[in-house]
Amino acid sequence: MNKPDFVPSSLYPAKTKRTLTLSFIAVLGFYLISSITTESFIINFFLKIGNITELVGRFFPPDWSYITVIYPKLFETIHMAVIATTVAVIISIPFSLLAANNITTNKWLYNVMRFILNIIRTIPDIVLAVVFVALFGIGAFSGIIALIVFAIGILVKLMSEIIEAIDMSPSEAIKASGGNTIQTIWYAVVPQILPQFISFSLYVFEINIRASVVLGLVGAGGIGQLINQRINFLDYQAVSTTVLVIFAVVVVIDWISGKLREGLV
Amino acid sequence: MIEFKNLSLTYPNGTKGLKNINIKINEGEFVVIVGLSGAGKSTFIRSINRLVTPTEGELVVDGENILNHNGKSLRELRKKVGMIFQSYNLVKRSTVLKNVISGRLGYTGTLKSIFNMFPKEDMELAYENLKRVNIEEKLYNRADELSGGQQQRVSIARVLTQKPKVILADEPVASLDPPTSHQVMKYLKQINQEDNITTIVNLHFIDMAMEYADRIIGMRAGEVVYDGPASEVTEQTFEEIYGRAIREEDMRGGEENE
Repeated sequence: MNKPDFVPSSLYPAKTKRTLTLSFIAVLGFYLISSITTESFIINFFLKIGNITELVGRFFPPDWSYITVIYPKLFETIHMAVIATTVAVIISIPFSLLAANNITTNKWLYNVMRFILNIIRTIPDIVLAVVFVALFGIGAFSGIIALIVFAIGILVKLMSEIIEAIDMSPSEAIKASGGNTIQTIWYAVVPQILPQFISFSLYVFEINIRASVVLGLVGAGGIGQLINQRINFLDYQAVSTTVLVIFAVVVVIDWISGKLREGLV
Repeated sequence: MIEFKNLSLTYPNGTKGLKNINIKINEGEFVVIVGLSGAGKSTFIRSINRLVTPTEGELVVDGENILNHNGKSLRELRKKVGMIFQSYNLVKRSTVLKNVISGRLGYTGTLKSIFNMFPKEDMELAYENLKRVNIEEKLYNRADELSGGQQQRVSIARVLTQKPKVILADEPVASLDPPTSHQVMKYLKQINQEDNITTIVNLHFIDMAMEYADRIIGMRAGEVVYDGPASEVTEQTFEEIYGRAIREEDMRGGEENE
């Protein structure tokens, strides 16, 4: 048998290997540099573990008598999420259609919509809350407005992508039978997206519940305000009660909306 | 009456869809357009309800040149010219009845249609048309629960509900098996005869074209290469239209087993 003139020594070409090695070293170097400049080393976790156990200890046992104070604020949180989700869903419908390139064939309008949405989505919910608290004052109203804007950003993004993936042939049929644009959307587009739309609305409701907790920290109403207040008073046992209540509520709402969404799709 | 006068269509990418077509289609005719895929059959048919817009010439439907129609006048045209599609184009998640009643949208105000407020006569018409294609017992079934042949019958009922003067059918049986294909063609033929609705059907099966058509128009590369009564057409004619020998795939075969 002839001796083969070439035996591959590796599964990848030498060039690929070199690139991979260099990238690996670069990433590692980047970790090292960021660790040094921020003075945060993984070893601290083990050195300061005593602090952690000591702080955690202060959260226990939870102060159950505090629960009477929590209730009204808890319902305020849920109210905020319900109102914000409802308003956001209604506003999202036309915007989702405008941000879907199979419905909005005008390139200019479509790109403007996409641009606005991208801007909205880059703003974190907490920043929105700070801005609206500055505009409308401390309280649930500012929180609701912040949640609406935040939810529209998510909903329109998710929905416009669903709309772009629908089957356009029924629209063609409605158009060909003399239906106008609104009729075409209502009869050929809406039935195709309705289940996902409801499902996403429930999902956004869940997100709003969680987000409204964070918003309270900057005075935008809801249960988060209590957490902020109690932390300032170093009343960690009340904080742990609040956190447990929020946890329970979020789990229950996730479970309910999960069940509802299962039935839909 | 539909009249193509020196009609041409050039797509934006430069492809010629139709080349200088001159054809007159009389009221009540059952015309079958044959040709290989890419011959321009779809473009021909879709010009008549302006799903595509020819770039030169004139296209007269019901006494009006339709090439400049837009907005309202275009919707008026589309009310008169119904269409049946290869993939049925039903809204799969909606009920059969909702799909059929959507044929009335051109006649119904936007607000009323959003709240599903159709006049009693329209509901009656929709139901009668479902009966005509023998599928009235599926009234409240979702469209995607039906077989292909049943869905195509629902789409025939939808097109009837818009009370058209012309029915265009773009490869209506290409996705169906032979017996169902014949069934669908028989409904189309029956409606054409009973209601005197001008019917233009795209087909690439030569045996079906010969069986159902009054008149056959042959197309190749965007041009009309044959036009004559179906009775005069032979396999020889098809070989000329297709520009090649007839193959087995050009035949649908199989009679409807009742």
